[in-house]
Amino acid sequence: MANPASGNGGAPAAGGPGGTATLESPLPRPGDPAITPELVEDHGLSPDEYAQIRRIMGREPTFTELGVFSAMWSEHCGYKNSKRLLRLLPTQAPWVIQGPGENAGVIDVGGGYALAFKIESHNHPSAVEPYQGAATGVGGILRDVFTMGARPVATLNSLHFGDLDIPRVRYLFGGVVKGLGDYGNCVGIPSTGGEVYFDRGYEDNPIVNAMCLGLMRKEDLIRGTAEGVGNTLMAVGARTGRDGIHGATFASEELSEGDDEASRPQVQVGDPFTEKLLLEASLELIASGHIVGIQDMGAAGLTSSGAEMAGRSGTGVEMDVALVPVREQGMTPYEILLSESQERMLVVAEAGKEDAVREILEKWELEAETIGSVTATGSFRVLEGGVAVADIPALPLTDGCPTYERQGAEGDDVRELREMDIAPYVEPPGGLEDAFLRVVGSPNVASKQWVYEQYDTTVRGNSIERPGGDAGVIRIPGTNRGVAASTDCNGRHTYLNPRAGAMGAVAEAARNVACTGAVPMAVTNCLNFGSPLKSHIQHQFREAVLGMRDACAYLETPVTGGNVSFYNETDGKAVYPTPVIGMVGVIDDVEAVVRYAFRDPGDPILLLGANTGELGGSEYLYALHGLVAGEPPPVDLPAERALQRCILAMAQLRLLKSAHDVASGGLAATLTECCLGRPRTGRSVGAAVRFTDALSDTALLFGEDHGRVVLTCAPEDEDRLLRHAANYGVPCARIGTVTDPRAPLEIETPSSRLRLESETLRERYYGVIPDIMNQ
Amino acid sequence: MKVAIITFPGSNCDQDCHRSVELACGSPRYVWHRETSLGGADAVIVPGGFAHGDYLRPGAIARFSPVMDAVTRFGRDGGLIVGICNGFQVLCEAGLLPGALLRNRSLRFQSHHCRMRVERTGTPFTSTFREGQVLGMPLSHADGNYYANPETLADLEAEGRVLFRYCDARGNATAEANPNGSLHNIAGIVNARGNVLGMMPHPDRAIEAVLGSVDGLPLFESLVGAIARKEVA
Repeated sequence: MANPASGNGGAPAAGGPGGTATLESPLPRPGDPAITPELVEDHGLSPDEYAQIRRIMGREPTFTELGVFSAMWSEHCGYKNSKRLLRLLPTQAPWVIQGPGENAGVIDVGGGYALAFKIESHNHPSAVEPYQGAATGVGGILRDVFTMGARPVATLNSLHFGDLDIPRVRYLFGGVVKGLGDYGNCVGIPSTGGEVYFDRGYEDNPIVNAMCLGLMRKEDLIRGTAEGVGNTLMAVGARTGRDGIHGATFASEELSEGDDEASRPQVQVGDPFTEKLLLEASLELIASGHIVGIQDMGAAGLTSSGAEMAGRSGTGVEMDVALVPVREQGMTPYEILLSESQERMLVVAEAGKEDAVREILEKWELEAETIGSVTATGSFRVLEGGVAVADIPALPLTDGCPTYERQGAEGDDVRELREMDIAPYVEPPGGLEDAFLRVVGSPNVASKQWVYEQYDTTVRGNSIERPGGDAGVIRIPGTNRGVAASTDCNGRHTYLNPRAGAMGAVAEAARNVACTGAVPMAVTNCLNFGSPLKSHIQHQFREAVLGMRDACAYLETPVTGGNVSFYNETDGKAVYPTPVIGMVGVIDDVEAVVRYAFRDPGDPILLLGANTGELGGSEYLYALHGLVAGEPPPVDLPAERALQRCILAMAQLRLLKSAHDVASGGLAATLTECCLGRPRTGRSVGAAVRFTDALSDTALLFGEDHGRVVLTCAPEDEDRLLRHAANYGVPCARIGTVTDPRAPLEIETPSSRLRLESETLRERYYGVIPDIMNQ
Repeated sequence: MKVAIITFPGSNCDQDCHRSVELACGSPRYVWHRETSLGGADAVIVPGGFAHGDYLRPGAIARFSPVMDAVTRFGRDGGLIVGICNGFQVLCEAGLLPGALLRNRSLRFQSHHCRMRVERTGTPFTSTFREGQVLGMPLSHADGNYYANPETLADLEAEGRVLFRYCDARGNATAEANPNGSLHNIAGIVNARGNVLGMMPHPDRAIEAVLGSVDGLPLFESLVGAIARKEVA
C-alpha cells in the first residue's frame, strides 16, 4: 500500500457531476446482511467513521460498499493512525522522482537510470503460517516494484524473532527463511542483504519485512493511475479466489450464500512461478506502450487497486465483478472485491489495445480479462452482471479516511528500564574473554550464513557485495554503476528510547551504505508497532517518527514511501517498536566497492569516530545479564554526517582496503568480523589492536556508540587518511595492525590483554546458529 | 558460432548465459520453449532457473516443452549441448544424460561458493582448462545431489565422463567438500558420445573478476572454440 506521507498532488474533488448523470444507485443485494452497529464494528469502523461514510454517500451504504470502506479505511490502506505524523517526514530532494503515495518510491541514480524501491511487512501472516506468510510478502513487494516499470534486481529482508531456545521460535525462523528463499529463488531475484535479530520482545510476534530494489531507464517509469476516460480496465494474472478476504472477523456464512465450506484462512498462498511469469509479462506490457497504468492487487485486492488508481488520476472506474476470472463459483461481489489472492494485477489498457495486451499475457501463459473502464464520474462503481452493487466517490474513499493524531505517554515500565543504573552489570561475571566469546557467539552478532545461504545471492550476475557485509551492492546491468542497500533497526534501542533508536536506525543504515563507498540517497521505512489505540504505543510511534524525521533531514536521505504495521501484539504484549529503515545509495564505479574484511598483514587499522562506551540496550547486557536496560546510544547527527562524508571521500580516492561499521556487539563484533572475513571464499587474518581510551574494558569492547567505523589501508596511505579525517573534523586514530593469516586477534586495553584464537572465534561466530538450527 | 539459449517459463539464468557466450565471443540467441526449431544453432545451452516452476520435479515438465524435440534431435546428431543447474536437471529428465538430481543432503536450498576439479581436458567443454585445475564458482540449488545406479556410475568413471568433481582448495575430492551429497562428488558429467554436458555449479556466474571469479569463462570459450574448429574442419 502507498505511504501517504505527502499529499495526493491536488487531484480535483471527485464525486461531482460528470459523465452520465442518471446512473442508478446500488440497491442491497439479495442475501446481504443488514447493516447494524455490530456489523459496522466488525468491519473495524467506529460510529463516527460510519457517520462520515453516510455523509460521503448521502445514503446508507450497501453491504458491499461497507466492505470496500472497511478495507480502504483500514490502517493498512488508510493509515488513519499514522498519516498525520508521517507527513512530518522529509520526502523531497532533487533526485527523488517519485515520493510517497505510489506503489514504490523512485530516485534518479544517474546514467539515465532510476531505482524503484520499497519495503513492506508480512508480520501477521508469518506469525500464523511462517512459510506462506513470508513467501507472499516477497511476492507483494516484487509486484510493487515491477508495476513501476522496474525490473527487480535485489531483495533484502529485516527479520526479528524471539530467542532461539524456544522451539516455536525456531519453527517460525526456519519457516520464514525457507519461505523467503523459495519464493525469491524461484523468481530469480538475488538477495543481497538484510538483518536478523533475536530478542524475547519478538517471541509471539515475529517481524518479517521484505524490501525490493528495481531498476529501469528513467523514461520507462509508469504509475498506478487510471488516466483517459474510455480506457479499459483489465484483470491480469492469477484468478481470484476466496483466500485472504478481509482482516475483520466474521463468520463465512454471512459472506456467501450457498457455500457451506468452512471459513477460509486469512493467509494467502503464494505461487512464485506465476509471479515470475507475471513479472516478465508486466515488463513486456509496459514496454509495449499498450497500457497507461498498472497496479498490484495487493491488500484489499481489486478494491484498493481500482480506487487508488482512480483516486490518483481524478477519474472514476466502473467494473463488473461478473467479468473477473474467478477460481470458484458463487463468489459475491463483496468477496471478489476484497479477495487478496496473490499474483494479480489491475491494468489500464488503452482503448482498442485489449487484444494486444491479451496476446502478451497469453505468451506468458497468463490470463487478461476486460472487467471495466475508466470513467469521468469520479466514482468507484461496481456492477454485478450489469446491476450496480457499489458506487462510491473515489477520492473520499482513498483520501477521506479520518485520521487521528494522539500524543500518548511513555510507559512507566520502559522509563524504569531506561533509567535503571546499569553500573552493577559492567563487570563481566566470567571475565573479559568469556564475555567476548559470549557476545560474538550470541545469535544476534553471530554470522547469518545459515540464513543467507538459503537465498540465491548470485543469480543474474550483478551481485557485487553479497549478504554478510555492511550493505549489499548490485551493479546496474550493462554499466559500472552500482546501487547499495541496507536494512537496519535495533529494536532494543528503539524500545528504550524510540526517538534515539529511530535516529540510530537511520544513521546506521546510512553508515552501512557509506562503508561500501556508496552515497546514501533515500529511505523506505517499515514501521512495526503494537496497537495505536494504546497510549504508550502512540508515544513510541510519535517519538520514532520524530527521530526518523530529524535523521533523514540531516543526512539528506528523504523518505520515498514504506509501510506501517500496527497491532503487532499478542495477549496485550506488543513487540518492541521497530521502525525498520531501508536505505539505498549509489556508487559510480563498482570496482571501487569497499569490503569489510581485513586483507593484508601489515596494514594499519584505524578507528574513525570516538569511543564513548554506550552500554545501554547493548548486546552485552542481553547476552550476559538478560537485561534490556539503560539509555541507548545517542546519535550526534553532525558528527555522523561528517563521518560518512569522510568515509565516502576516502573510498572515492581509493585509499581504503576495508571499512566496517561498529554496531551490535560493539568493537568486539566488528574486529572479529574483520579478522574472520567471508566464509568459504575469504581468508582469516589476525590483528594486534591497542586501545588507550579511559573507559572500562566492557564499555570499550561492547559499547554500541554510533558514529564509528574500523578501517584499514595500505601502510603508505596511513598519513593521508589521518589528514583527511582531520580535514573533516572526525576523530581518527591508529589502533593496530593486521597480522598473519590464522593469527589470533590480540587486544590490549589500559587494564587487560586478550588473545583470541582464530579457530575459537570462527567456531563461535559461524557455529552458533547452525548448531541451534541443525540440532 | 550461434549458441541457442533455451528459455522456458521460469528460466532465470538465461541472461547470465547470454552474457557468458558474448564474453566468449560467441553469438547467443534466445529460443523460446514453444519453438520447434533451433534456428540453425551450432550449440545449445539449457540455462538455470525453475522451468515450469519445477512443479512435480525439476525438469519433469520442461522435457515436454515443444522445443525439447529439437534439442533431443540436435543432441542425437552430435550437436554440443550444455545444461547448467536446472538445465542439467532438464537434460537428465529428457534422457539426454544418465542419472538424476535428488534433493540436497541438507534438505535445504543452498547458494554458496564451491570448488570443483577439472577431471579431463580435451573435451569441447574443457579444452581451455588444465587437468586437475581447481575451479571456484557459485552453486545455487535445492536438488543437486547426483545419483545414478552402480552400473551407470561405473561406466561414467571408466569412460572418463565425469568432467567436474567437487573438491577442497587443494583439489582433494573429500566428503567435506561435497556440498550436496552427490555420488562420487560428481559436479558435472557428459553423455557417452561426449557432446552433452550437465553440471550443477554456475560457470555463468563466474565470468568477471568483479563478481568474485572468472573460473567459468573458459568453459564458454572452449565451447565457442569447439564450434569454430568444427566450422573450419
